[in-house]
Amino acid sequence: MLKKFPDDSIGLVAPQAIEFTEPLALTCGRSLNQYTLMVETYGELNADKSNAILICHALSGHHHAAGYYEGDSKPGWWDSAIGPGKAIDTNKFFVVSLNNLGGCHGSSGPNQTDPQTGKPYGPDFPLMTVKDWVVSQARLADHLGIQQWAAVIGGSLGGMQAMQWAISYPERLRHCMVIAAAPKLSAQNIAFNEVARQAISKDPHFYDGRYYDHNVVPKTGLMLARMVGHITYLSDDGMREKFGREMNAGKLMFDFNPQFEVESYLQYQGERFSTAFDANTYLLMTKALDYFDPASEFNHDLAQALQHVTAKFMLIAFTTDWRFSPERSREILDALVDAGKEVSYTEVDSPQGHDAFLIPIPRYMEIFNAYMGRIAADVSIEKPGDIKTPAKESAHAR
Amino acid sequence: MRADQEIIHEWIKPAARVLDLGCGDGKLLRHLMDNKQVRGYGIENNHDHITACIKNNVNVIEKDIDKGLASIKDNSFDSVIMTQALQVMHRPDLIVDEMLRIGKECIVTFPNFGHWRARSYLGFRGHMPVSKFLSYSWYDTPNIHFCTFKDFEQLCVQKNIHILNRTVVDNEHQHRWWTNLWPNMLGEIAIYRITR
Repeated sequence: MLKKFPDDSIGLVAPQAIEFTEPLALTCGRSLNQYTLMVETYGELNADKSNAILICHALSGHHHAAGYYEGDSKPGWWDSAIGPGKAIDTNKFFVVSLNNLGGCHGSSGPNQTDPQTGKPYGPDFPLMTVKDWVVSQARLADHLGIQQWAAVIGGSLGGMQAMQWAISYPERLRHCMVIAAAPKLSAQNIAFNEVARQAISKDPHFYDGRYYDHNVVPKTGLMLARMVGHITYLSDDGMREKFGREMNAGKLMFDFNPQFEVESYLQYQGERFSTAFDANTYLLMTKALDYFDPASEFNHDLAQALQHVTAKFMLIAFTTDWRFSPERSREILDALVDAGKEVSYTEVDSPQGHDAFLIPIPRYMEIFNAYMGRIAADVSIEKPGDIKTPAKESAHAR
Repeated sequence: MRADQEIIHEWIKPAARVLDLGCGDGKLLRHLMDNKQVRGYGIENNHDHITACIKNNVNVIEKDIDKGLASIKDNSFDSVIMTQALQVMHRPDLIVDEMLRIGKECIVTFPNFGHWRARSYLGFRGHMPVSKFLSYSWYDTPNIHFCTFKDFEQLCVQKNIHILNRTVVDNEHQHRWWTNLWPNMLGEIAIYRITR
């Protein structure tokens, strides 16, 4: 536990569970009669409710985007970007982040209790699409009294949600920031996801997704899935720089135990993930990624899909990202230009691969800051002093 | 407002869709957005300029113009502008083709190497011209394709490019009546409005 939080941290935060009782019809044809969303908010909503920012999480993310929990030494997953004086300045903005439906961190999902059966949903939890998530997030906005987001922001799968927001609810967001994303997955992307799913579903402890009944988890499968995923999040150069061919023992051991440092690293990451994440959620989230293709409803013409958007877009890509390469972001860019929409695009030079979107690379933060300044000016939040209550106190209050 | 930008301003139709290649900090686009209600994008690859554009509330796209503009559709802009960047392009002729493919009209400005000062610098001193306006040495200059008014107009003839307007200003971007008497000798900056 940290004794003192860094000055630019929002400090101690706590999530809240919000219950929804209006049935939610899903793309798969099924519906959720009632559901819970786990939500965190930072900063203060201003009087005209114009300063709200929605943060959409990526594949394995959740509602804890910034600040610290009681007893934690590590902050939320995007603490580098959210906080007082940071790119998403909590002195100016009211920030909302949530765990998506189907997630495994408190929102309704496979590892949560189905109120109808009293048992975990398991594999019976319906498959979600990005579009479904956006509908559920719109309901969350209604609940919070937010008619229009100043911006919806996300990286990777989160960027896809931001883009879907602009398509589904054109009038409900002013700005849309899509970072390290793609308009749809490539066959290669889907292939990696399928390897991950096979690793999980072939684990002897998977029991067709009913492992909760057996008091076990498909740990090996989940670990392998994460290892494959992790490789795709890094870049060749980044891995070479970080690990090279360094060996733990300094010499060849002629056995199959991990001896290169990259092997140990992946095993450690996989291991850690397999104890913190739910296997059914991993299957569900990768499927949501595979299914995302907003152009498919518009003759496979992305420009047409974006025809009615009114949000101003900021697209950011990273040079060494091969999971969603700059080329994929440029597909979104070209469609937006083609549709005559407002868009800016930048490509950040970084060796970190896809993971770069979570790292405070100076050039990335400079662009992020500049664009957030533009948003602040757009919704007339000129000075940080406009909002009286310090963010830290409000976080405590929750 | 610089005189060359004032001239460009006059040539742009209200509410036009504009693409500004090598847009710098976005000042010209900002001015056109504020005063002519144009909609548009700047294209830049200089990081500081990109940041400045975003701060100026100008839509900017990071792109190396030399790598082409193939992803932009034919005739999708009313005007494509390139101010003071033609001379840094690897293939100015191909860029002009691209500009005319994308835009219904194009505006190009470039330094005139046929200006008397440049001529006398080279003629009398035997050195590549260096001035306050073009302050680089031959080895570190980003300007790799200098041309004169005559050269540019010859290119237009070869490519069947129609010159709608031509004007010249001096290095302080002032428009002086006498420069038009002998533009290739007296004009320091050329401003052309061209179309197919």
